[in-house]
Amino acid sequence: MKPPKFDYYAPDDIDSAIALIGELGEDARFLAGGQSLVPMLNFRVAAPSALIDLNRIAALRGIRTDDGGNLHIGAMTRTREIETDPVIAAANPLLHAAAPHIAHVQIRNRGTIGGSLAHADPAAELPGIVLANDAQIHVQGPGGARIVAANGFFDGVFSTALGEDELITEIVFPAWPAGRCWGFQEVSRREGDFAMVGIAAWFDTGNDGCISAARVAAIGAGDTPLRLYASESALTGRVPGALLFADAARAGIGDLQPGDDIHASAEYRREVGGVLIERVLAEAWGRAA
Amino acid sequence: MTGPHRISLNVNGQIQTCEVDARMTLADCLREKLDLTGTHLGCEHGVCGACTVIVDGAAVRSCLMFAVQAADADITTVEGLADGDALSPLQQAFHDNFALQCGFCTPGFLTTAEAFLSENPSPTRAEIQSAISGNICRCTGYVSIIDAILDAAARRRGETPT
Repeated sequence: MKPPKFDYYAPDDIDSAIALIGELGEDARFLAGGQSLVPMLNFRVAAPSALIDLNRIAALRGIRTDDGGNLHIGAMTRTREIETDPVIAAANPLLHAAAPHIAHVQIRNRGTIGGSLAHADPAAELPGIVLANDAQIHVQGPGGARIVAANGFFDGVFSTALGEDELITEIVFPAWPAGRCWGFQEVSRREGDFAMVGIAAWFDTGNDGCISAARVAAIGAGDTPLRLYASESALTGRVPGALLFADAARAGIGDLQPGDDIHASAEYRREVGGVLIERVLAEAWGRAA
Repeated sequence: MTGPHRISLNVNGQIQTCEVDARMTLADCLREKLDLTGTHLGCEHGVCGACTVIVDGAAVRSCLMFAVQAADADITTVEGLADGDALSPLQQAFHDNFALQCGFCTPGFLTTAEAFLSENPSPTRAEIQSAISGNICRCTGYVSIIDAILDAAARRRGETPT
């Protein structure tokens, strides 16, 4: 057996899970889909004293939209459900389009949205998608429940605003307006690999034909998923078109903070990031037609 | 809860009961407790796909799941695909299309493809390529595996004799 020894608990409800983490202390960890934590256990990079398995908590799963059109996704909802659920395809096409890029189907069958956000791999798709969507991350711990904006959730590589004793309960995506233009593309060596760099973007246009709001976010290009503010401001108030998208890409490259690793150099990631910004914006605009 | 956990699993249609430490992966449980050594362990960190089994209809990595988590689940391993001594249409298609050489990765490809064809009975080559992207084979170059899965899909639809 490769993983180190741990005690195991599988509560049925959120309150029990939170009571357990309070009792067991900071060496205990929550177990979501296990597609990142179990490899870490198998490598013995992580050695928690106890695992509190969230997989039997039905209240943490599910996909629904509320009266305001906001999309609510339970933290333990599996990536494969996000990929295949028709509610998500309609309520947030950007999230729907990114889902098949997440690892392989066997991983998506177990991995969860909450687990991916809590793990906070800077190259992972879901952190970038929640950032691009201004999503709200609902968390709960012994101190009570609170809501953290995606834009303040990711602190660094594998590091978030989540307390050691807090778990994510739900992710809420703001309503998606009709006519929003969006795109998602990433470059990875092989299908299912982590992206060397990826871009998610959307923009809305007003009655005057100008862009009224825009979001451009990058994954694999820094210690956290990044908002490319310079791209967003280059787009806002302007008429969409190829020249504008090239401008926005040039502006956005400056916001990328890629590092070197065995998969790609920082220089390569910056170059590809710029190309992807332009392509994703063109893809988005293609949807308006 | 410390100490061993007593669990029962429905493996290939048979209820099996065993005692496992919490840290025992489903893969180790199948191989060591239930003697189902058809499930192979390659990387043991979710990269190679050799240990893929079907849990409640979904193909998953059995090295990234603890046996205790599979309590009361329906599990199909490669041993559960054949009907007695008769190979399943998928297995026969692998045989006929030379879709294996050393065979180490084959159980993972078969379980992955079995779950895939249940969801998508009429796949394209591109869809098959994507479906098996989480399984690594170092012998075949994949082309014969894709041929076999296409062939198996046709056999399962009754379009060619098995």
